[in-house]
Formats: sequence, C-alpha cells, structure tokens
Amino acid sequence: MHGIQLGHIDYVLLFIYFAFVLGIGFALKRYTKTSTDFFLSGRSIPAWITGLAFISANLGAQEVIGMGASGAKYGIMTSHFYWVGAIPAMVFVGVFMMPFYYGSKARSVPEYLKLRFDEKTRAFNAVSFAIMTVFSSGISMHVLAKLLEQILGFNYHLCIVVSAAIVLIYIFLGGLTSAIYNEVLQFFLIVLGFCPLVFLGLKSVGGWDGLVAKLNTVATSPTNPAGKAFAPGAWTESWAHMNSASANPMGVEWFGMVMGLGFVLSFGYWCTDFLVVQRAMAANSMSAARRTPLIAAFPKMLFPALVILPGMIAIALHQNGGSFLPTDAAGKVDYNMAVPAMLARFLPPGILGIGITALMASFMSGMAGNVTAFNTVWTYDLYQSYIKPGQSDQHYLRMGHIITVVGILLSIACAYVASAFNNIMDMLQLVFGFVNAPLFATFLLGMFWRRATGHGAFFGLLSGTLAAALHHGLTLPVGATMGIKGGWLCGGHVLHTYPVDMAQNFWAAIYAWSTCFVVTIVVSLITSKNKTDDELRGLVYSLTPRIKEQGLVWYKQPAVLGVIVLAAAIALNIIFW
Amino acid sequence: MEKNMSDGMKLDVRLPIGGMFALIGAIITIYGLFSDPAIYERSLGINVNFWWGLVMFAFGAFMLLMAWRGAKKHQ
Repeated sequence: MHGIQLGHIDYVLLFIYFAFVLGIGFALKRYTKTSTDFFLSGRSIPAWITGLAFISANLGAQEVIGMGASGAKYGIMTSHFYWVGAIPAMVFVGVFMMPFYYGSKARSVPEYLKLRFDEKTRAFNAVSFAIMTVFSSGISMHVLAKLLEQILGFNYHLCIVVSAAIVLIYIFLGGLTSAIYNEVLQFFLIVLGFCPLVFLGLKSVGGWDGLVAKLNTVATSPTNPAGKAFAPGAWTESWAHMNSASANPMGVEWFGMVMGLGFVLSFGYWCTDFLVVQRAMAANSMSAARRTPLIAAFPKMLFPALVILPGMIAIALHQNGGSFLPTDAAGKVDYNMAVPAMLARFLPPGILGIGITALMASFMSGMAGNVTAFNTVWTYDLYQSYIKPGQSDQHYLRMGHIITVVGILLSIACAYVASAFNNIMDMLQLVFGFVNAPLFATFLLGMFWRRATGHGAFFGLLSGTLAAALHHGLTLPVGATMGIKGGWLCGGHVLHTYPVDMAQNFWAAIYAWSTCFVVTIVVSLITSKNKTDDELRGLVYSLTPRIKEQGLVWYKQPAVLGVIVLAAAIALNIIFW
Repeated sequence: MEKNMSDGMKLDVRLPIGGMFALIGAIITIYGLFSDPAIYERSLGINVNFWWGLVMFAFGAFMLLMAWRGAKKHQ
C-alpha cells in the first residue's frame, strides 16, 4: 500500500470538523457551573444522546483499526465480540444493573463499591481505573499519531499536540456534556464516513457472494493469516467451525469463547467499566439511564458491517501473498493497515477527507471518554475522599479543570512512553487485564447477594487478579517465547499451551472470574456483615423495591427493549452461522 | 438538580450535528459536480462525492429540522 495523498478539499473537511468540535465546547461553557454539571452533566441528558455516546466512547483505537485488523485475520468470527460479547452484556447492564448504579446516586462506579462494600474495595478499583484510563488515552493518541505519520506523512509530534489540545479544550470548557455531545457527533461521522467504504468494497468483490468465494480461497490455503488450511467458510461462517480450536483461524472452541469472551470479559467491561457506565449515569431519569445501553445496542449490533467487513474485504483483495496489505521485512502482513488500505484504495478526494476525519473522530472520542472518566474518578473518589474532603463545590469544579489538564499531559507522556518502549505498554495492558478480569464477579455478588461483605469483595478481587496472573505465568500460546506472552513462572515447562493468545486471554478471564466468585462467597460467609440492611437499600436487588414502569409506552420499557435486542442478536448469529 | 431541569435542553445537540453535516454535505456535493471525473476510477466509476454528499446533506437538514421543531415545542 502506498501513502494517501490528501487534497485541499480533504483538509477543508477536516478543519470544519475541528471547528464544530471546539464550537460545541465553547457553546456549552456557560452551562457548566457546578461540579455536577462538569462531571455528571447535571444528570440531564435524554436517552438517545447518552445511548449513542455510550458506544462512541468505546469507539476508540481498538474498534476501528483493531476490529478491521481482526476481520482480516479471523474473518467473521470477530463478530462474536459484538453478537456474543457486547450485546448480551449491554442488555444485562441496562435491565438489571442500572437500577443500582443510577438509583444509588453514586457518582462513579468506584463510589458504588464504597456504598455497597467498603473503602478499601473502592480505593483498589479507583486507583487501578485511574491509572488505566490515562494509559489507554495515551495509547490511543500514540496509535493515532503513528498511523497518521505512516499513511499521510503527518508529523508525529504535531498529531499528538493537536489531538490532545482539541480534546483538552472541549472537555475543559464543557465537561462531560461536551464529551457526550461530541461523541454523538463523532458517532454519526464514523457511520456516515465508513458507509461508502463498505459499499464500494463490497461492490468491487462482487457483493457478499463474491466475498465468500474470495475468502474461501483464503481459508483453504495454507499460506493464509493463520498459516494453515481450513474448511471453506472459515472466514465467513461465525459458528460453524467452533467445535474445535484447531478448525478456525481464531483458535478458540465455543466454550472458551462463550464463557471467556461472552460472559467474563464482555460483562466485565460493559457492566463495570466507568468509562461507559458514566454515560448512562448522565441520563435525565432512571428509565433513560436504563434505556441508554439498550438504545446503544441497536447500532452496536450493526457495527460489524462497518468495522469488521472492511477488514474481511481487505484480506479478500490481498488473498494470500498479495500486495494489497503492506508486509514487513520478514514477510508478515501488517493487519492494522487493513482499514487505511481500504480508504486509500476506494475513496476519491472529498469523501476520503470524510473517511480520514471519521478515523480521527474515533480516536478523539475514545480519548475524551478516558479523560472524562479519569477526571471524575480522580476528583470524587481520590481527591474528595482521601486528599481534601469537605471543600466547596467550586473547589471541586476547579480541581476538575486542573485534573483535566493534568490528565491530558499524563496521556501525552504515556503516548511517548508507548512510542519508546512498546514492551512497557504491553506489560501494563497485561496487568490491567489481570485487575479487570474478576471485577464482574464482585458486582454480580454485590448487587444480587446481600450477604456479600466488604472483606469478601476485596479479597475476592485480589485473589481473582492473582489467579489471572498465575494462569498467565503457567501457560503460553503456541510458538511464543517466555515472558510477556506468559510462561514466566515455570521456567519453560508450561502447564498448558494455547493455539493462539486470544484463547489464553479468554481462559485467564474465566479462571480469574471463578476464583473471585468463590473467594468472595467464602470470605463473606466467614466475615460478619459490615453494612446494615438499611444501608444496602437501593444497592442490592433483594432490598430494593422493584421499579414500576407502567407509565411508559412499550417501546420505552427496558425489559421490552432488552428482549427485542436479544432476539435481533440471536437472528444475526443464525444468519451468519 | 432543580436548576438543571429548568435549563432543560441546554444546547440542542441536533443543532451542531445538523449544521456540520449540512455544510459538509453541501461542500462535497458541489465538489462532486465540478471535480475531474478521473478521480472516480477509484470508486468504481461512481461519483461518490455527489451522491454521498446529498445523503449527508439530507441527514444534516433533517437534524436541523428536528432541532427547529424541538425549539418551537420548548417555547
């Protein structure tokens, strides 16, 4: 693939986008007067807006570039991240968990943990989350800058400074509302920017049938991305090849996928990660908060067509050993270039500017999501709780402004660390994976079992994290060397070898979750309750009065929406079986 | 809380979204009319700027219309 040459028209479009993004920040400035406005949008936003922001905040570097890369590498099985992973988890958080998040009046996920369990559980979650968000936004920035340098010849440092400055300005001025409004803008930009790419790509390979035919030759060739021949359809059938891990390019069998990805990892992310939950908490009513993830689920379900399909088309055009995708010196294909290569191949100047702008928008929304979650957790859960409690609201608003600047500066620092020491970043992401994997067990027990205690939650989380680390230290993916990939605990004699690292991740999550689940129960049973039933009202299922939504029309009722979403997800799974 | 409720709509998000897409759509449509047809070899001979520009313009106009209706109802 050759670099992309942007014309004047493309720059004009890019600058129009920048102007609108900043304009939203300036327009919202006068509405941002209290810390509640800044951190929680004054809990005043309608459901369709928080719903679109809910997916857009997650639409960062991983989604657009990473899902395209996975689409090329694993084919349509990548859709499991959506139709098995995200969608059921989004229904669960909306229907079952949101009543406790929103109803408890907690201002953040760590704060819920404090209300439900105790101070140390909250501190553990708040600190790990704060560090993680700064690193994620740094990595996002680094990936964007590297990509723009590679495909457009932009200056790396300039990219970092400009994207950081824009995100800083609009969050600083308008707080969470500004981030959410821009996320909605970015959502539409990404959808409208990628539609023509998918349309033209599909047309050029002869539609879906043509794509299947081309991908069958990829699947059956031993020189494909997985390096071995599969049955035809391995790239275009999502479930048919999941009976054994060796029959599909992803290297996982259905149980590991459903439990590891579908249950533990997805529920852990969509149900407990403050980055997304914060959007729902900004909704203007309980029912709007509950509808937020459900409304988000509809477009989310269709996203595979926008982000995975271009990757599949790219590998279909590349075939085996072609020149559509760039290869490195060792002949390894650079799958992260799948989406950029598609942009360069199909979009003429003009619409190309929209595509590039959409790409930038996705990175900025991902970064802004991290920064707004970080400044809230820092101010409410760390600063107000442990450093300076009891100050005026204006004091915390000022802190919010300061920490937004600090957060962006730290992200920039992380971006440079990422560009200099790739291994450090891999290691940090690994460690965060260990910390996150067990979280969902803690929330599940916390919300649905009133006997769960603070000690139980804390030691459950700790042991779940250790279990993930231990599993990683004892296993290794095939062909990987000991170290960052695993196996560091047993001097080369690993207990188990996985066909690919994704399978290793799924199983690490399963072990971490199970350990946390069991340890939390056991420790809770041998420790005494640290909260009275009265304190737990509104936080635990059995002690909270059921919400009555009789006044709502059927299409606004969370349970009805949830059933529709799940039925649609099942239908998609069957269609692409 | 009360104060925020009365703020109600704040800035209607449909306004900037509608404005941006109407503007971008119009620019691309016009660009599509006057651009060299040779550049559409990439897009399989389809003038995507013109057609997709129209779609984006229509979307932007629709958003502006909704925002305008919302403002009227609010008064």
